[in-house]
Amino acid sequence: MEVNFTHKQSAHCENGVVSNLMRFNGFEISEPMVFGIGSGLLFSYLPFLKVNHAPVVTYRVMPGVIFNRFAKRVGVKVKREKFSSPEKAQARLDENLKNNNPVGLQVGVYNLGYFPEEYRFHFNAHNMVVYGKKEGAYLISDPVMEDVTSLTEKELEKVRFAKGAFAPKGHIYYPVEFPEELELKRAIVKGIKHTCKDMTAPIPLVGVKAIRKIAKLIRKWPIKKGVKTANHYLGQIVRMQEEIGTGGGGFRYIYGAFLQEASKILNNDELIVLSKEITQIGDLWRDFAVDASRIYKNRSATEDGYNKVADQLAAIADKEEAFFKKLKKAV
Amino acid sequence: MKKNEVPQDKSNLETANIKDMYYAVDENGEYTTELSTGWSPKTIALDNAIKDIEERTEIARQKVLNNSTSPIEYYMELHKMDIGILASYVGIWTWRVKRHFKPSVFKKLNAKTIQKYADVFDVSVEQLRHIDK
Repeated sequence: MEVNFTHKQSAHCENGVVSNLMRFNGFEISEPMVFGIGSGLLFSYLPFLKVNHAPVVTYRVMPGVIFNRFAKRVGVKVKREKFSSPEKAQARLDENLKNNNPVGLQVGVYNLGYFPEEYRFHFNAHNMVVYGKKEGAYLISDPVMEDVTSLTEKELEKVRFAKGAFAPKGHIYYPVEFPEELELKRAIVKGIKHTCKDMTAPIPLVGVKAIRKIAKLIRKWPIKKGVKTANHYLGQIVRMQEEIGTGGGGFRYIYGAFLQEASKILNNDELIVLSKEITQIGDLWRDFAVDASRIYKNRSATEDGYNKVADQLAAIADKEEAFFKKLKKAV
Repeated sequence: MKKNEVPQDKSNLETANIKDMYYAVDENGEYTTELSTGWSPKTIALDNAIKDIEERTEIARQKVLNNSTSPIEYYMELHKMDIGILASYVGIWTWRVKRHFKPSVFKKLNAKTIQKYADVFDVSVEQLRHIDK
């Protein structure tokens, strides 16, 4: 069985799955739209969670949240299922495919054979669509790949039942109910307001406050943890910002694209100006990554270097604070 | 970022024929997408992370040969895991996994437990017992 499924590459996997599933169901909606309406943009520092022996910063919301918020705001109903047994998980998947219903899957990337070896870490929040089964192999649309691919039953089971933080537990999800027309206008405003609220939240580990917190920590790391660890942590921040799936600049460019599209739908010229502003902020994030990489490239950085990149982050925090306050008023 | 500024640096993405998608602005100020072969600031960060794992693996290997840890720690590092991840794969409490790092405890592990580790690391029990094989 193989349905007529159009695969379109996207920057980020979750946006891409949603966008591709929506298209299959007759609604053309772009990746930036999904990301903006789902309030995907964020900055957060998670000191209690360590990945690859370094603290985690994230430039987006938790896995699954984008689709849930997007669906709720445009009036789509999503069904989600998790499984304790791989057999049941496979049976349920096969049943959906038999009914010509492509589904979204949460998977781990460590055993994802078509990824380059260097990218295969124990990261469990990757998303893909399975749109059919042919001669025992599952037909896979992985949004970060240019083309569709396939996995054997065994290979798919391995990635669906990866273990560790955010273990997918065979998680499948798909939209089940649609409105006659998507209520985009109201959904866009809601999505923007939510992101503004998150980014300017008075909580130390979220939004611009978290950016300032990281800036402070970067100054301290070389003294408290030593240069080697400081560089390892700094490298991880850059990887979270620029690794496959952010569209560049820690999702800030995708957000710029969203605001541009939103300005046309809402007939709001101010959003075009703000789209340009967040694009410039994205450029600043890129500059930060370039200067940070100069530090961890040589492994022999001076304290000055750390202070310089910390200054850059502090400046970004100020700019983002002003930006999100303006954005909140603009809608 | 402008569309023509999207970096096209060499990276390990090429080996798997993957390209990174960027959102960038074209000459009319309109947002569009552009594929990238890689960007050196993040390639360096990734290379460092890989080197870090290789270092950790080598240290663990030496420790096994000096009999100051069990092969489980070596294979854990080789598979880019930490104790939490390994514990959830084998389905054993973290404190017990940590105990299995002790060579004396490892030697006495029952067949069922050692098989669990071997399955997760995708090696034979013999290979697990002797990392140089």
